[in-house]
This record gives sequence, structure tokens and C-alpha cells, in this order.
Amino acid sequence: MKTIKLKKGLNIEISGKASLHVASMSQPETVAIVPDDFKGITPKVAVKEGDTVKAGSVLFFDKTHPELKIVSPVSGTVAEVARGERRKLLYISVKRDIETTYEQFNKVDLNAKREEILSALLEAGFGGFFRQRPYDVIANPTVAPKAIFVSAFDSAPLAPDYNFVLKGQASHVQAGLSVLAKLTEGKVYYSVCPGTSAELRNMKDVEINEFVGAHPAGNVGVQINHLNPINKGEVVWTLNIQDVALIGRFTTTGVVNLTKTIAVAGPEVIEPAYVKTVYGTSIAAITNCNITKGVKVRYINGDVLSGAQVAETGVLSPFANLVSVIAEGDTADEFIGWAMPRLNKFSNSNLFATKIIRKLFPKKQFEFDARILGGERAFIMSGELEQVFPMDIMPEQLLKAMITKNLDKMEQLGAYEVAPEDFGLCEFVCTSKMELQKIVRESLDYMKKELE
Amino acid sequence: MKFLKNIVDKLEPTFSEGGKLSKLHSVFDGFSTFLFVPNHTAKSGAHIHDAIDSKRTMITVVLALVPALLFGMWNVGYQHFLAIGQDANFWEQFAFGLLAVLPTLVVSYAVGLGIEFIVAQIKGHEIQEGFLVTGFLIPLIVPVDTPLWMIAVATAFAVIFAKEVFGGTGYNIFNVALITRAFLFFAYPTAMSGDQVWVRTRDAFWWGAGEPINAFSGATPLGQLATSTEPVAAFHNIMGDPIGFWDGFLGLIPGSVGETSTLAILLGAALLIITNVASWKTMLSVFLGGAFMGFVFNTWGPDSAIANLPWYNHLVLGGFAFGAVFMATDPVTSARTETGKWIYGFLIGVMAIVIRVLNPGYPEGMMLAILLMNIFGCLIDYFVVQSNIKKRLKRTTIK
Repeated sequence: MKTIKLKKGLNIEISGKASLHVASMSQPETVAIVPDDFKGITPKVAVKEGDTVKAGSVLFFDKTHPELKIVSPVSGTVAEVARGERRKLLYISVKRDIETTYEQFNKVDLNAKREEILSALLEAGFGGFFRQRPYDVIANPTVAPKAIFVSAFDSAPLAPDYNFVLKGQASHVQAGLSVLAKLTEGKVYYSVCPGTSAELRNMKDVEINEFVGAHPAGNVGVQINHLNPINKGEVVWTLNIQDVALIGRFTTTGVVNLTKTIAVAGPEVIEPAYVKTVYGTSIAAITNCNITKGVKVRYINGDVLSGAQVAETGVLSPFANLVSVIAEGDTADEFIGWAMPRLNKFSNSNLFATKIIRKLFPKKQFEFDARILGGERAFIMSGELEQVFPMDIMPEQLLKAMITKNLDKMEQLGAYEVAPEDFGLCEFVCTSKMELQKIVRESLDYMKKELE
Repeated sequence: MKFLKNIVDKLEPTFSEGGKLSKLHSVFDGFSTFLFVPNHTAKSGAHIHDAIDSKRTMITVVLALVPALLFGMWNVGYQHFLAIGQDANFWEQFAFGLLAVLPTLVVSYAVGLGIEFIVAQIKGHEIQEGFLVTGFLIPLIVPVDTPLWMIAVATAFAVIFAKEVFGGTGYNIFNVALITRAFLFFAYPTAMSGDQVWVRTRDAFWWGAGEPINAFSGATPLGQLATSTEPVAAFHNIMGDPIGFWDGFLGLIPGSVGETSTLAILLGAALLIITNVASWKTMLSVFLGGAFMGFVFNTWGPDSAIANLPWYNHLVLGGFAFGAVFMATDPVTSARTETGKWIYGFLIGVMAIVIRVLNPGYPEGMMLAILLMNIFGCLIDYFVVQSNIKKRLKRTTIK
């Protein structure tokens, strides 16, 4: 086991971290699966309105790789196949039965060939959980990855505590990791942090490394860059640890039970806690009136740095293990903000007293809302993004190559190794308030289109 | 502040598209964001943002320039009354300097911000704060006697041709304030060099008039050294009394308004370094480069007055310290990689001293050294970036 100490990074303390208990939650009548959540998939619908489905039945599959299937997390009847402009598939909603019935699959035999194990996972819809780099899209099942990366911790603000979430599920995680080990010729890299519980540390069939440092230490992108960076032509897969546990559960039981433990957190959540639910569940049901009244809030699928905004009527993304709720703040007016001390504001720069305040009053809570707190400019300050980007990649130069759509430069500067989420903190600290993750996302799409 | 906010909200429709004064939209926008932090929220990507913005950053640089400006004003008055042989107390000296310098500041801001507002309106983007700093720098790097119309012409030239044509703040290759100075330097050399321009001997707003006394000579120390026929590195003040390192450090010498006091500049430098707005690496390496080259000339240089000037004196005379702290560190025109900053700064220091010592035409080399390195900043970055690219390529070939 290697210990990798990261000096760069930033922990942003936001109030409303989920307390370590699972709150009860009434599961809503319908769930809706949004194909857009599965980045890179072109959906072909496999069901009609009125069809009965079980948990694990295919709802839609990918046009280019039909073996890549997305399944229903609940059993019931297909209520609506909603299409938008040019018949784009918006979502498929399923009206849930009172008792969930499960599609039966064969248990996965770990001694089987790679192809058999892979097709068993794809058949049960787990292909949709693997993401690949380059391009940060759903993994192409026909290309074997050189390695698979799983992070046992999340360092983002308000991130769920996997020690708690996966308590008692170490056997599932282990089973999942053992399956992953069969899917790659190379290694499965499993990264832990000093806070990872002993239960989650003792895993076999994987290479365990420890990352010490502030966010983004828990991002797989950073771990990949330090452990086994991606070169041109190479592919790695990444998977969230809770999804690994889901796979483990599937391989030992033969049923697709996609129930996950989700943190509901943020300054505007009255009692931040965890809930058990499946993807596709409406945000309203998950937050369940547990939100400060009278404040215009923003719901986020994922963490506040790299998650996606979602309406209250929207649904939980399959990749979210956290729903963050913060104030929108668009009615706040701060008088001559450029001159005021603004002690309640958080800043990584020394233009605010944040660092001193954090030293003197470690429990101090800063105010956060969704304002960008400035005007958008071109890159002015230098050396700023580098402070929170612990990878052997030059973020500013890479971003400039992306802005100018210079494919050669992007390739040379490491665009294959990054995902938008790696730039979450960069976007946070950027004085020029540029939409860095959008730039990265669009550039990765552009690269994929041009180079594949 | 509710009251102000109400006014802003009430005026907004008038200035928005379709409103009566929509042609002044960018001006309105500039003022309203100046009064209130804009409250638009993140549309993509990170949902929370650092409280830092370019307004606060630029204002910090302006604050850092204040000690140099205040000292410069006082020094203008001090040199003036010294030259005309009148006694004046501290406040009279300062008031004279204020009256002499303020018009330059007003002209530079009026012209520069005017152009900035117009361009912002044409391009439909927000007013950028970069000129807040540039406009403050310009009066500090010109001689006090520079005619206002020259300042106006040079500022307009620099803002349009060194900044706006490249795309505005963040895209310029050259430091805009230094282009202003370079324009003045080459277009109106008599107003920018020699021994007549550094000390105001005439009045300021009809006040403090007088005739320079006989012993008066208005050349700067570097000017004296450049024209000196003896290989002795001695310089004197405007009354002919010999002065040395500490006079240069404190700034009791003639020169461009803000550049004389190294002490006042270092106060600004401290603020910039504490707030991390400017790179200490660049600043330090400029001084290191200057000290190194000064030392080289002391040891092996030609036998001239300026080459014999002890290396530490180079650092406190002329625009060296001002350039190192406020010009070389301009993040847009400087090298942007961390390694690059060391090389960039060091070479500025070296070049400034080389120009001072080896070029008989220009007593001061800081402006030209920085402008030269502005060009090479990108090249230095290119090599630093290239090393990262090579490392990545090597990774593939090893396997």
C-alpha cells in the first residue's frame, strides 16, 4: 500500500452535513428514468406504455452497443414514455407495485471467463454504472479497460460518509471488487483515506492505496493521475463504491436490487440525514418537506461543486449519492461587495479573512448560495487554479487548449485523463468566474466526436 | 442601502434592451455592479463560488499603489520647493504635489475609462476592471511635467492598440500602462527624458510659482550617471549635494511621480504578497536578476560611472522597484506558469540593468526590459508547458 500525500486542494465546510442515521422515507408511486443521466448513451426504448416490468427489466438500451442496457429499479407498469422535440426520449416513468418483484438472473460465477461475467453484468443493467476515461462517458463495453478505479471515500463538500453508508456491507463491496478484478487485465485500484473504516479497508483482489489531503483527494481522476495515468489509446473504467456494493449484492443474490443510501444535506435542509431509495425517485420525495420554508432553494444531484441542478420535480440521478440543497440567493443584494470585509463569505484567496477565521474559530460556518459573486471575465489571475488541482496536468493551459478547440494540445496536455468534476474546485476559486466544467464537458464531447 | 437598491432597480428597465437609454447599458451595468454584488446565479458547473472577484482583486492593486502615489505627491512638492528655494511645510509640499499630480490621474482615468465604456457597449460585455489599475499606474510612471494632452493621446493609444484590439483585459500581450509610457517616450522624447521634466519648477494651479535657483539641476541620478564623463558612480540631488543608497530607498530624488520611493513601493508589495494578488516569485526574481547583473557589471563591466554603480543602488534608483512590484507582476502579460515566473522575473532584472549600463541612449531600462519580456513571457511558458507535454509523451514510450 502506498500513501500519497496531496498538498494541493481545498476543503469547503458547508453547514448541514448529513447526520449518521437513515431517516424514514415514503417511496413515491412512480419513478422516472432519465436517459440523459447516462452520458454517452443513445437510448432505444425497449418497453411500451402499459408494459409490466420487474426490478431489473430492461427499459432502454444503447443504439450503438445494444448490450448496454438500462433497467428499471422498481417493479410495476410503464406509465409514460415521454418524448420531447424531435422525439428525443426525455424519461420513462414506471408506476411502482406495492411489493417489488425482481427479475431473476443467474448468480455470477467468479471462475467464469471475463466475457461471461461482463455479459451477466450487462444483462442486469450494470453496464450503465461504469464510466470510462477518456471522455468521462458510460464505458464502452467492447473495449477492455487497462485498470478499474474505485474510491472508497468522497472528499467533496457535504459528501456522504461511505463508512456509514456501507456499514455491514463490506462483503458486498468485496464481492463487487472481486468481480471488477475479472473485468480488467490490469489491476483494480481501490483508494482509501485515513478516515476509512477497517471494515472497508480490508479488501482482496485489489491494489489498495491511501490518499491523504483535502478535496479533491477522493476524486478518482486525481487517483488515476497519481497511480496509473491514462495515456493516449488507453481506457480505464471508474465506478462509485456504492455501485460496487450493488454489483456485489447482485452477484451473490442474482437479483437487481438498486436500493442505495443517499445523503440529503446542505444549509437549507432542516434535518440533514440519509435516506434509502433508488435512482429515478423524485427529489420532492427524497427531501420530503425537510427544507427551510420561505427560501428559494436549489436542489443538486450530487455535490455542490460538480453536481447537476435538478428541479424539485426532477429525479435522483443514478450517479448521485448525495442530494445537496442550498439557497439560490438571487435576491440577495450585497452593497459594495468589493470593499466590504464580508466575514461570512468563504474564499480561498487572501482577499478575505477566511483563512484567519478558520484558524481562530474552527467551527465557524460560512454562508453559501448559488450566486457566482462576480462578473465573468477572461483569465486574469495566474497560479490560482493550480492551487486546487493536485494532478500532474497544467489546468489553465489545458483549459485554454479546450477553449480554442485545439485537439493536439488537448491531447498533449492530458485531456484524456480528466473529467469535468476534476475542475469543480477550479471553477469555485476562479476569479474570472468562468464556466470551467462546461468548457471541459463540451471539449470532451468534441474530442470524442472528432477522434472516435 | 435599500434606498440605493430601489433606485438601481427602478433605473434598470430604462437601460436594458429596448429602454430609452439602452445605449448606456454597459455604463449602467458597470455602476450597478460597482454598488451591489451581481446576484445572478450559477447556470452550469459549480453551484457555489469563491467570494473573490476581479473588482476586489483590482481594487487591492490600486490600494497597494496608494503609498507610492501619496509619497510621490509629497515628493513632487518637496522637490519643487527645494528647486525654487522656498521654505514650505509638509502640508504645503503635499498640497502642491496633489495639485500637480491630480490632473494627470483624472485625465488618465477619464480617457481610459471612456474608451473602456464605449468598447464594452459596442461588444456588449461588462465593463472590465483592468483599467482601474492601468489608469492609476499611468500618472505614477510619467514625469510630473508631462502635458495632459500627451497623457490623453498616449492613454487612448495604449488602451485601444495594446488592449482592446487584442480583446480587452486578459488578452493583451503588453502591459497597457507601459505601452502608454513607451508611446510617450518615443513620440515625445523631450517631454520624457533629459533634466527639465522631472521637477516641476512652474506653478500648480497658479500656486507656488517661482524661479529655480542657480544651483538647481533637475537630472535624475540615473540621468546623471548616464551622462557622466568620469567613471565614478557618484550622484547628487537637485541642489548638487551628494546623495546615496538611502536617499534612493526613501525616495528623496527626482524621477517619475510614483517610482522614487522604494520604501513606499515595498509597502505596496507587502500588501500584494500578503493578499497573494501578485506573485512574490516574480518580484523576488526581478530583484535577484537586477542584483546579479549589477554585480556582474561591478566586477567585470566597462569602466563607466553607471557600470561602477554598486549593484544595490541599481535596485533603489529609477523605476526598478516600481517595475518589479507593479509591472512585472501583471498576471496577464507575465509568464503564467510557476517555473516561468522565476525565469521571467530574473530576465527582466538582468535586461533592465543591461540596458542601463550598456545603452548610452536610455538612462533607464526598466520599461524596455519589461516590454521585451512581455513578448518572451509566452515563450518561457511554452517551454515550461512543453516539459509537461514531454513527460506525458515519455510515459507512453516507456511501455
